[in-house]
Amino acid sequence: MTSIREFALPDVGEGLTEAEILRWLVQPGDVVAVNDMIVEIETAKAAVELPSPFAGTIVELKVQPGDVVAVGTPIVGIETVAAAEAPSRQAVLVGYGVREESTPSRRRRGRRGTDVDETAAAPADEPAPAVAVSAAASEASPGVVKAKPPVRHLARELGVDLNRIIATGLHGEVTREDVRSAAGSGAPPAAPSRQAPRDERIAVHGVHRAMAEAMAHSARTAPQVTEWVDVEMTRANQAVARLREAWQGDGVRVTLLTLVATGLIRAVQAHPLTNAAWVDEGPALQMRGAVNMGIAADTPRGLLVPVVKDAGALSLRQLAGAIQGLVDDAREGRSTPADLTGGTVSVTNIGVFGIDGGTPLLPPGQSAILAMGRVVERPWVVEGVVVSRPVMQLTLTFDHRVMDGATGSKVLRAVADFLADPALELLVDSR
Amino acid sequence: MVDALLGSAVQLLTPEGERVEHPDFDITLTDAELRSLYRDMVLVRRLDAEATALQRQGEIGLWASSLGQEAAQVGSAHSLRSSDYAFPTYRDHGVSWCRGVQPMEILAMFRGITNGGWDPIARRCSLYTIVIGNQVLHAAGYAMGVQLDGADEAVIVYFGDGATDEGDVNEAFVLGADYQLPLVYFCENNQWAISSPRDRFNRAPLYQRAAGFGFPGVRVDGNDILAVMAVTRMALDRARSGGGPTLVEAFTYRMGAHTTSDDPTRYRHAEDLEIWRLRDPIERLKVYLARNGMADRSYFDQVDHEAADLAVLVRDGVRAMAAPAPETMFDHVYVDPTAELVAQRAGLIAYEESFAEGLTA
Ligand SMILES: Cc1ncc(C[n+]2csc(CCOP(=O)(O)OP(=O)(O)O)c2C)c(N)n1
Ligand SMILES: [Mg+2]
Repeated sequence: MTSIREFALPDVGEGLTEAEILRWLVQPGDVVAVNDMIVEIETAKAAVELPSPFAGTIVELKVQPGDVVAVGTPIVGIETVAAAEAPSRQAVLVGYGVREESTPSRRRRGRRGTDVDETAAAPADEPAPAVAVSAAASEASPGVVKAKPPVRHLARELGVDLNRIIATGLHGEVTREDVRSAAGSGAPPAAPSRQAPRDERIAVHGVHRAMAEAMAHSARTAPQVTEWVDVEMTRANQAVARLREAWQGDGVRVTLLTLVATGLIRAVQAHPLTNAAWVDEGPALQMRGAVNMGIAADTPRGLLVPVVKDAGALSLRQLAGAIQGLVDDAREGRSTPADLTGGTVSVTNIGVFGIDGGTPLLPPGQSAILAMGRVVERPWVVEGVVVSRPVMQLTLTFDHRVMDGATGSKVLRAVADFLADPALELLVDSR
Repeated sequence: MVDALLGSAVQLLTPEGERVEHPDFDITLTDAELRSLYRDMVLVRRLDAEATALQRQGEIGLWASSLGQEAAQVGSAHSLRSSDYAFPTYRDHGVSWCRGVQPMEILAMFRGITNGGWDPIARRCSLYTIVIGNQVLHAAGYAMGVQLDGADEAVIVYFGDGATDEGDVNEAFVLGADYQLPLVYFCENNQWAISSPRDRFNRAPLYQRAAGFGFPGVRVDGNDILAVMAVTRMALDRARSGGGPTLVEAFTYRMGAHTTSDDPTRYRHAEDLEIWRLRDPIERLKVYLARNGMADRSYFDQVDHEAADLAVLVRDGVRAMAAPAPETMFDHVYVDPTAELVAQRAGLIAYEESFAEGLTA
């Protein structure tokens, strides 16, 4: 005989209330053995894989990647051969991980301070509603009704909605008698009450939290100056097009970002302070030989800044390949800690979001970050005549403890000059 | 880097499973003894893996993995006589296993359904201590008792590298030295205290601290079970014969996360793990046994089967573990409970019973 069993999201940390589903490692129809990894989740503390508690066939994935799921929510249904399994005894304090689909569970405590799942324990012949999980979690906090757990239990048994009872308790709580009389008076059966708009506080974790801490630190400690300049991009666009054509079929993806990064590397090499870090003890400047270039990437997990190590030593082609590899890894969650640390200077591309310019904040430990805006056709004056040209805005934020305004301006100007005519600059350089 | 640090460590079995000589330490074990060391390490590792999976399935609340530290734990605990007494930490599953503590007794604590799990007097193994370093003082006190009784016993206490920064541990060192206690301080230097790397905080090797307190300190390759046994036996013999305490630093590595709540990929590099994987304690003994004809394929297969059976036993056992009645929390507070606690207990029972009153009343 087979039966369908559910695996409910466990608390994989200590006292966590929810986790985000990152990725399913199985699909309906797949056969799994006990302890085969089935899903990757991320909590406030860690990204971990969960092993299957049963051997059987996956029949349903109840939640999707990206869903933030409350602990205790069934996430997958697995068809098992009943005889082969241990008795499905329901554990109480910790072990709410597994349960037979048809058996309503008894849980002592609602995880979010309310008796959420207990109300959801449907009669045995009624399939549990397949609600979108994050929604289910928020529906779990109806307006607060004061009632002791045994009274809530009674209300559930009698099918009485606590929200519709007149409370006569000394402290405004619903009493056992209130529940009984409501049940006797044939009060309307419990119906879902309308959801009022609610305010809520959401825990910040993972990549988001790291970003928040780094940026707050940066804003508090470094005096940051931002300058900007418009660059006419006709020649840069041509250069990218030529390089793409030349390296077509090699799998190397050249983009404007490659050129901007090249321009910044050259500017940094000409002005080594750009690559320095401020050290409070002393005070001193930590000069750094290698240009390790951070590339801000928008990934499904949030903002990540993978670092191209010793970017100054790379050819344009190698640089394009390195950026591509690191950004792909970041997007697919394969970045190692080493990939994400040790940057000395950064580039961020806000143009991809359709934005002209902005004032980036310095990543901690770095003294310059360059933002590239979108390239759009704009009126541009050439020899006294207004013509339409592709234009991009470059914004440089730098640490004013490390560089004065003149140095920062020279750096930005150098990048702009490079982009205005990359071929010429590269030729002049190879004198 | 690891090799440089290990330079001073006692080693009798190389990572390649080669038996080597040491000027001060040696050990002779029968083939059967060697096989049983191997078996215990494999079973403890399987227990550890199963417990980790059970935590990920919501069956236990937390687990501290002993992965990689099997030789240090099993080797030292095997050196004890049954009359000796051990004080483990939360990670020392290999120690409690060798003391005869049942897997279910260990897991009951991590499932949160008991405050202890086993009878420490019957097992001659105290309960796991989670307060870092605290058990080292307990052990010093216990060793004082042994000394006063004039008993032919030694005491061993386990603690981590991080614990050596605690006042408790240093106070216990002072007590051991002053009273020449029959005590072995067994430090499992697994290189990490949660996310703090040991090499960042250590100016001097840990074993050298013993000299300042006035007793010997020895660093041993903690992934070499033969060396661990040779050194621990020497230290226990010293303790029993009135020679005073010894600090043993077992140089090893925490291959897993600090606990199931921890994500080590956030603070350490995969390459470090690779280096230590080559130093695996079980593999090197297996190679040694196989190469010298002390065990054959069928023996290794049999141990693997035993491990698989253990996993099933643990899994089914944990799932079937029932929570105790809430009022049992009052049971071990006082030998003679106070009137206040008796009243609280009665109140709790009445409250629990009121759940059932509902429909019948
Ligand atoms: C007195 C005390 N302080 C802090 C903690 C939190 N804590 C739990 S484990 C740990 C690190 C212990 O490291 P170590 O002694 O090296 O042992 P390991 O976990 O590596 O076996 C800390 C600080 C605690 N449990 N007790
Ligand atoms: Mg440690």
